[in-house]
Amino acid sequence: MAHDLAKIQEIINRSPQSPGSLIAVLQDIQREFHYLPCEALEATASSLNVPLSKVFSVSTFYNAFSLNPRGERIIRICQGTACHIKGADLIQEQLVAGLGLKPGETSPDMKYTLEVVNCLGVCAMAPVVVVNDKIHGGVRCDKALKLVKKD
Amino acid sequence: MRIDSIEKLDKWRKECRRTFEAPKRKVIVCLGEGCLANGSEEVFNEFKKLVAEKKIPDVTVESVAKTGCHGFCALGPLVIIEPDGTFYTKVSKGDVAKIVDKTLIGHEIIDKLLYTDAKTAEKVANYEKIPFYARQQRISLRHCGTIDPHKITDYIAVGGYAALGKALTTMTPQQVIDEITKSGLRGRGGAGFPTGKKWATCAKAPADVHYVICNGDEGDPGAFSDRTTMGSDPHSVLEGMIICAYAVGSHQGYIYVREEYPLAVVTLQKAIDEAKQHGLLGEHILGTELSFDIKISRGGGAFVCGESSALMRSVAGEVGEPRAKYIRSVIKGLHDQPTVLNNVETYATVPAIVERGADWFAGIGTKKSTGTKVFSLAGKIKNTGLVEVPMGITLREIIFDIGGGVPDGRKFKAVQTGGPSGGCLPEGKIDLPVDFDSLTEAGSMMGSGGMVIMDDRTCMVEVARYFLSFLVSESCGKCVPCREGLYQLRELCAKVCDGEATEEDLALMERLAKTIKVGSLCGLGQSGPNPFLSTLLYFRDEYLAHIRDKKCPGGVCRKLITYAITDACTGCMACISVCPVHAITGERKKKHVLDKNICDRCGSCYAVCKFDAIEIS
Repeated sequence: MAHDLAKIQEIINRSPQSPGSLIAVLQDIQREFHYLPCEALEATASSLNVPLSKVFSVSTFYNAFSLNPRGERIIRICQGTACHIKGADLIQEQLVAGLGLKPGETSPDMKYTLEVVNCLGVCAMAPVVVVNDKIHGGVRCDKALKLVKKD
Repeated sequence: MRIDSIEKLDKWRKECRRTFEAPKRKVIVCLGEGCLANGSEEVFNEFKKLVAEKKIPDVTVESVAKTGCHGFCALGPLVIIEPDGTFYTKVSKGDVAKIVDKTLIGHEIIDKLLYTDAKTAEKVANYEKIPFYARQQRISLRHCGTIDPHKITDYIAVGGYAALGKALTTMTPQQVIDEITKSGLRGRGGAGFPTGKKWATCAKAPADVHYVICNGDEGDPGAFSDRTTMGSDPHSVLEGMIICAYAVGSHQGYIYVREEYPLAVVTLQKAIDEAKQHGLLGEHILGTELSFDIKISRGGGAFVCGESSALMRSVAGEVGEPRAKYIRSVIKGLHDQPTVLNNVETYATVPAIVERGADWFAGIGTKKSTGTKVFSLAGKIKNTGLVEVPMGITLREIIFDIGGGVPDGRKFKAVQTGGPSGGCLPEGKIDLPVDFDSLTEAGSMMGSGGMVIMDDRTCMVEVARYFLSFLVSESCGKCVPCREGLYQLRELCAKVCDGEATEEDLALMERLAKTIKVGSLCGLGQSGPNPFLSTLLYFRDEYLAHIRDKKCPGGVCRKLITYAITDACTGCMACISVCPVHAITGERKKKHVLDKNICDRCGSCYAVCKFDAIEIS
């Protein structure tokens, strides 16, 4: 997938051009494209004067980064302790079956990405599902699929 | 306006107070994370709209205020009408018109929206009388739910930055350190290291540059107090950090916020900008010699970055792998310079101590764990939310008196404290006083204050397997005992869950757990086996039931249970539509049939059945 190199460079230029900015730059790129395109990793490496291997190492170490394109709608199931105790597994079961996706996968039509996160810190509302940053609390397993498909 | 002297600060405070206290009656809408998820923003906007339309004499648009989290997240969205303290729960957009007409105009209380006391079944009108609030003593959370986190003027009005003024103009850095030491404040991040000692060591470390870092990487699943503090009272955290910078001689600070808390980043950044604009942060703070700046460093979603040395590497833009700590980070921390790293709650507590004195703080709590601690109550408990209580209070008081106990008539089984590094405590330990040392002695730990309550429908072996899976996925992989050891321990635990383990396996697990504890490099590995060891200590019979009898007493482990539909079935079809493997068949109003050969025992049918017609055996 080809990306606007000028846009990528513009994002990189927002931060100080030093190795210390690496994580911040990658976060900004991820926010724009929802993943880290290959061209962006190369541009980041040369702009910040960091070896490409290190850029790759940081992008694969942190859970926040994805090297694969993600769908229009990013669904995140919280698997924190409170959510786990309150049936997050059942929600996951429903969504995996209903969307035909395993956690970490994106549908071929690029519509949905299903992800699992460790804790979103909204434990009082458990179990929690987040659809594109909108938090849904007290999700029932029988309503989960409808919820994530709703516009 | 730049505040460059104490006199100017006092003058400004008077102005802020006038504005803050101007509306005689106030409608306070909670816009904390929990309430927001339940639609409190719509409630707030509706109040603004209707109040503007109705033209009520003593309620204006300015009377409608938003605040950060009140803590009682179970009942959100929350609305409080001051000065009466009328406390409305689960308010929807549709309720607003009624509140405006009946309460704001008619001075009537709407019973339906009040809190119902779980024990007496009575309606409670005033929030201070609700047991959930009445038993708390709020120091770190003192402003949460009373001020708008996006307005520095609100913080100034309630006494904000007065402690900073006091420290900068009447105390030497050494006196600040002495005061914190005398207060007995211990790090709220979990380990409980004496804060004063940490500051003193850092201040003495010879170097040109000292750093102050706030750890907002609240990674423990089940804890959400730091998120609330950062999002509901950001200036308290900044003020605590600036006081620390003065004490240790630092000019640069960082707040490390985890990736999962985007709203906290926005709120903190706004607070930093406003503080800078008014000369409370940046060059010559309050017109003194102190210059200190704070930057936000966003985490990348790695649990291990809550560990000090990993966090500092992450702030520097590196992979967050911990290092061996022969030399502590107060001597050689960020960029190899002396660094103070404290948790959000610790910094938020500092201004209160400086303002009210060490003796006041030391008089609260127990001798070795002074002050209060915030706990996040979640899981199988009625009153989920945040509570701040004096140290030394018993688990029973927190879980049953404040938390209201276990819902749905089920029985309390265990409380998990301290996240993946902590442990599970059984009913027998419920009268344990909660402080740093007694929790550690009991095989758990304080951690960041997460308390997840579990009922009798929880399998403790499965809980151990869950935590081990969490840790396996979050281990950075640098050292072998953690990377390989936790993985093997998880596999053995899964074997127990599947009913395939032997008693030799259990003995092997114990040996392995001890090796991981001794051999791991950082806290993640050293405390990683705790969830397993504590469940084994207190629930050995459950492990043995899986191994010897091939039974799961909690009715959770799939390979050891079967589901069946009883005669209580009304034929409502709910279970048929939810079963992911289509194991249930039947017609409306006729008892359904479950095919045990197809059923994969996920329990979805049990979760949705309203008639208790699903039996687990």
